[in-house]
Parts: sequence; structure tokens; C-alpha cells
Amino acid sequence: MSQEHIDQAISREYSAGFISAIESDTLPPGLDEEVICWISHKKGEPDWLLQWRLEAYRGFRQMEEPTWAHVHYPPIDLEAVSYYSSPRSMKDGPKSLDEVDPELLATYAKLGIPLHEQEVLAGVAVDAVFDSVSVATTFRGKLAEAGVIFCPISEAVHSHPELVRKYLGTVVPRKDNYYAALNSAVFSDGSFVYIPKGVRCPMELSTYFRINEAKTGQFERTLIIADEGSHVSYLEGCTAPMRDENQLHAAVVELVALDGAQIKYSTVQNWYPGDAQGRGGIYNFVTKRGVAHRDAKISWTQVETGSAVTWKYPSCILRGDNSVGEFYSVALTNNFQQADTGTKMIHLGKNTRSTIISKGISAGASSNAYRGLVRMSPKAAGARNYTQCDSLLIGDRCAAHTFPYIESRNPSAVVEHEATTSKVSEDQLYLCQQRGLDAEKAVSMIVNGFCKEVFKELPMEFAVEAGKLLEVSLEGSVG
Amino acid sequence: MLKIENLHAGVDGTDILRGLNLEVKPGEVHAIMGPNGSGKSTLGHVLAGRPGYTVTAGSATLLGQDLLQLETEERARLGLFLAFQYPVEIPGVSNMEFLKAAVDAHREQRGQAPIDAVSFMKQARETCKVVDLDPAFLKRGVNEGFSGGEKKRNELMQMILLEPRLAILDETDSGLDIDALQVVARGVNAMRSSERAFVLVTHYQRLLDYIEPDHVHVLADGRIVRSGDKSLALELEARGYAWLEDEVA
Repeated sequence: MSQEHIDQAISREYSAGFISAIESDTLPPGLDEEVICWISHKKGEPDWLLQWRLEAYRGFRQMEEPTWAHVHYPPIDLEAVSYYSSPRSMKDGPKSLDEVDPELLATYAKLGIPLHEQEVLAGVAVDAVFDSVSVATTFRGKLAEAGVIFCPISEAVHSHPELVRKYLGTVVPRKDNYYAALNSAVFSDGSFVYIPKGVRCPMELSTYFRINEAKTGQFERTLIIADEGSHVSYLEGCTAPMRDENQLHAAVVELVALDGAQIKYSTVQNWYPGDAQGRGGIYNFVTKRGVAHRDAKISWTQVETGSAVTWKYPSCILRGDNSVGEFYSVALTNNFQQADTGTKMIHLGKNTRSTIISKGISAGASSNAYRGLVRMSPKAAGARNYTQCDSLLIGDRCAAHTFPYIESRNPSAVVEHEATTSKVSEDQLYLCQQRGLDAEKAVSMIVNGFCKEVFKELPMEFAVEAGKLLEVSLEGSVG
Repeated sequence: MLKIENLHAGVDGTDILRGLNLEVKPGEVHAIMGPNGSGKSTLGHVLAGRPGYTVTAGSATLLGQDLLQLETEERARLGLFLAFQYPVEIPGVSNMEFLKAAVDAHREQRGQAPIDAVSFMKQARETCKVVDLDPAFLKRGVNEGFSGGEKKRNELMQMILLEPRLAILDETDSGLDIDALQVVARGVNAMRSSERAFVLVTHYQRLLDYIEPDHVHVLADGRIVRSGDKSLALELEARGYAWLEDEVA
């Protein structure tokens, strides 16, 4: 498409007037440069960002979908996806919980989620007196006092363009991989966080409080910058199942931990995994990466129980000397779910340290793979890594795979790798049942025990909910 | 309390129990002795409902209920406790959590709310003293890294906390030194009551020096071939099992 066409597209949209169109616009399916221009202008983005998107798109056109992951799914038709759907208006949502799928409500009840949270999760229109609105307001005030910026990235593009422009795409380059390039071209929205120098963020940041962000769609983009010596803990997702209808999710998360900063990023992912026969469900292709500068620390903790297909490797680039990377993961697959997940620890600086604890649980006819890379660069003198990958099998139709990659180019670097595979044994179940526990409770207790090392890394209330979530996800996994 | 009639049962289609009869009344302690392979452990597992064990004939009732129709956990909640010969480890699940879940499952059966954590902690710590186990074991994974003796004491602790109506101890004495044996005996003796019965499965008479049985039975080839009082155990100790087997044959 020529510049002329672009200009035309732009001006056409301008003439249509996009303020009046905001409530109802959804682009027809398909992807080309015109679509990207349309999105960018719809969001009123500055020209540099439009060019940035277009450059990503051109890169994307040259790339091929990766096929190395241990997952199988029918081809995804990217031309069948609509790349812009304006945020659903509260008016379109259910008016009360009476209109929400009873099965979903039953799950919420099992998780012990308070009623007003259920309303938010289910997308029920809530009026101004609603609790969490006031919570959100107090919350914003407290953050502003500390100088913390926490807002939608689409807002940050306007309110803090210098920060967005400086860091966007510096951790995950636009053409990093197929899905990251796609995301860079068409990203819808996501979170932006900036913690000023030396500030310890006064509270856990969670997307839950940003209810305006609900249903942001398939191509989320998150950027977190922790300036020198600052601390932040960020919780992504919510612990209740969001019945997102979108088929394909291709998100990008970038973390920048400047000298001495610490970022802890926790995820509980439980998108729709498809039904017990393997129909439906989300394809989750996510690129998450952080750069740790001198003495900085990045810690990823993830509990993954959702999605039909998961392709996700939260990684750390340990650029600065003495920086630390951690990855704690629980990935549970049941029925026909498939997960290929793990991490990359790229040791560039001296005395950098990384820890990987991965717990994979497979039940039903699912497949669960750990894929991890530990790279010790020639300059990473004295670097250390410890990796522990444990797989737990429930039943005899599931599968677990471990693909560890270790590249060490520094003789003083130490890499340790331990892996185990075990089954929930009949003897363990028998012991529990003989003591009066039913089989499902017993399995969930055994699985929770298996995950303990990871759960203790989660913020307290998250850990409790993650445990319950496993219980719900494992339902029907024992005869 | 427990009534077993003409019980035939086994694993993989091979009957190990072949027409076993036994009646245990409330307040009684029965010892079941017998040579290796006679079906002593099988009896405990068949009653407890271990997966893989099938009953081909006969009946077994506990407190008037048909045991064989109940799920494993339902039998447990009815009041049947089996102390395992080889307790398994459950890594990462703390003993405390496990014990509380078990106690709560029993309480639920009785229509009671879960016990509050503080009183349960207190109760568990006191029980630790009874079975001579350091309270630090409450925080460790279930049987994780426990020695053989520690595992047996842990079984005993579970028995005390669950207050069963019928407790079957499957060779709980095996591999125990004399001190540990006395701890087990003290625990059992303290629990003896007119409401509760015990079945001690054992290979040796030694345990019966400390827990005095009302009845002693000899199991051979899947059936009880002789019953008597505690003097039978002493006779077995002196003469071995061979003479009985010969007599049966």
C-alpha cells in the first residue's frame, strides 16, 4: 500500500468522525496496512506509533508461524479475525447476575469469590455506588501520591509519550517472533506502569482494579518500568475463569528493571480451556520478557490452568552484573489441553543468578511440555543457574515432556538441572481415602502439595485462590 | 460390630481369602496371626476397600452396614481405620493439613462444622506427646523422609485423632524397637473402650505382651484355622506355625 493510500485511509476515517462511531465500531475481519492505520487513528495515536506499528506489520508479513512447539491445532486464519472491536459498553453487558451463565456462577461460588467481584468478572453493568469504583478511586490517589503511574497503555501514549517511546519494544523487539510482531502491529490495549526511582510501590498492582480495561481483547500489550532502586509487584489476570470468547490471544509483556530495581510479576491464567471433548478454547500465544540491569531482580510466577493451547515463555535477560532472574511456574492441563511453556534465562552480566522451578501437571488426555533455555554468555563470569522441573501425571492418557536447552560459553558459570516425573500413585490416593477424604479432594491435596514451592511465591490471597483453582480445574480428572 | 461370613477375596482373580469367618464385638481386641502369605494383610485391605481387591463371595458388615457396598472413604467415615504396614509419603502436603482434612471429613459425616484451626493445632500437639513424636513433624510433608518408626507413630497419631470404632493395625509392630512398640501399645490401650474394637494383625507374639487380646486367631491359607485366648499366641510363639498347618492339611 502506498503512502497515498494510507493518507486516504486516514482522511476517510477522519471524515467519518470517530467520536460518534466509538460505541459501535467493529472492523470487518482481515488484516492489512489500512486496518493498522485505522486502528492507530481510531486511538488518536501519534505518527511515530503508527510508523512503529506499520514497521512491525511489514516484519510480520515476512515471518512464518512457528511450528517447533509441542502443540497441535488447526491452522489459525488471521484473515478471519477482526482486529478492532471497541470496548463493549456497559449497556451491552448483562444487567444482573441473573443473566449470567449459571455454570460460570457455580464455578465462582466454588472459588469463594465475593458477590460484587463476581459481578465485575461476569461483566455485569455496575452503577456508581458500586464498591470497587470507590476502591479504584482511593487506589489511584494513593498511587499518585507515591508518583507511580498506572494506567492503560493507550492513555500513557498521550500522557507519558516520552516513557512509552523510550521503552516500547526495547525488551521484545517488534520483529522478535511471529506473534510478537502481530501484537506490535495491532495491539489493542494493556497496562502501563512506571515506578519512580527509589519508590516502593505502596500496593500490589492488579488489573482487577482497572475495570475499564475489561474485554480489551486479544492483543494486549503491557509495559512495566521500574526505575533505579524501585520495587513493584504486579498481578495479572484474575483468579476466576473469564469466559473470553476470543479464539486467539497474542499478548506481549515487557519489563524493564533498571539498576537495583525489583519487579515481581504474577499471573494466574485460566482462560476458557475448551470443553471436556476438546472443543473450543483459547489459543494463548504470549511473549513475556524482562530486562534486569545491574543488581536488579525480575521474578515471574505463573499459574496456568486455562486455554486450549498455551505457548508462553516468560524470560529474563540478565544484562547487568549481579542481576537475578526467577521463574516459578505451575502449568496444569486437563482433558485435551496442550501447553508448551517454560522460560529463557539469558545471562549476560557477571555473577548473574537465575532460578527456575517448574511444575507441570497433566491429567485427562492432555499434553504438558516444559521448554527452557539457560544461556551463559562469554561475559557471564561466575553466573549460576538452578533449574528444577517436576512433572506429575494423573491417569494414564496424559503426557509430560521436558525440553531443556543449556548453552554455556563461560567456564566459570554453573548450571544445575534436576528433573523428575511422578504419578499420583494409587497408594497415595488409598491412604487419603482410607482417612475419609474423597478421591477428588485427595487428588487436589496431592497436587497442591506438589506445587507448594511455587505457590509460596504468590501473594498470600492469590495462593489460596490458586489452590482452589487447581481443584476446580481438576474436576472430573479422577474416575 | 464387625461380622465377616464366608469371605472370599483376592487380587487379579486369585482368591487369597477363602471362606473367612470372624465376629468382633464392641470393646474387644482380636489378634490375627499367621505365617507369611496367609492373607493377614489382605484381610485389612479388603475390609478397607483398597482398589484392585475384589470380593468373590461372602459378606462383611460393620455396625450393621454392608461394608462391601461402600466406597473406601465411606468405610473410613463409618469408623473403620487401617494403620498401614508401609505408609506412603505425600510430598509437600503438610501432616497438619492432612490430619485436619481427615478429621474434617469425619466431622462432616457427623454433620459437624470443620474444627477450628487453633483448637485442632492444640489437639494435634498433645497427640504428638502421646505418640512421642516431635511437634515439628506436623509441619513436615506426610511421612516425607520419616523413618520407619516415625511413620508408624504417625499412623498411631492419625488413629487417635480420628477416633475410629474399629481399628485394624496391619503389622504395626514390624520393624519397631522395644521403645516404639511400647508407645504403640500405650496408645492402643489408652483408646480401648466398650465402644471400640481392635484387630491386631501381627506376625509375632511380642506385641501381645503389651496389648492383651481377648481373642487370638490363626489365619492359614485364607481361613481362620484356630481361635483361642492369649495362650494360643504363646503356644504359637513356642511351636511356630508349622504344626498348625500340618494339622489343617
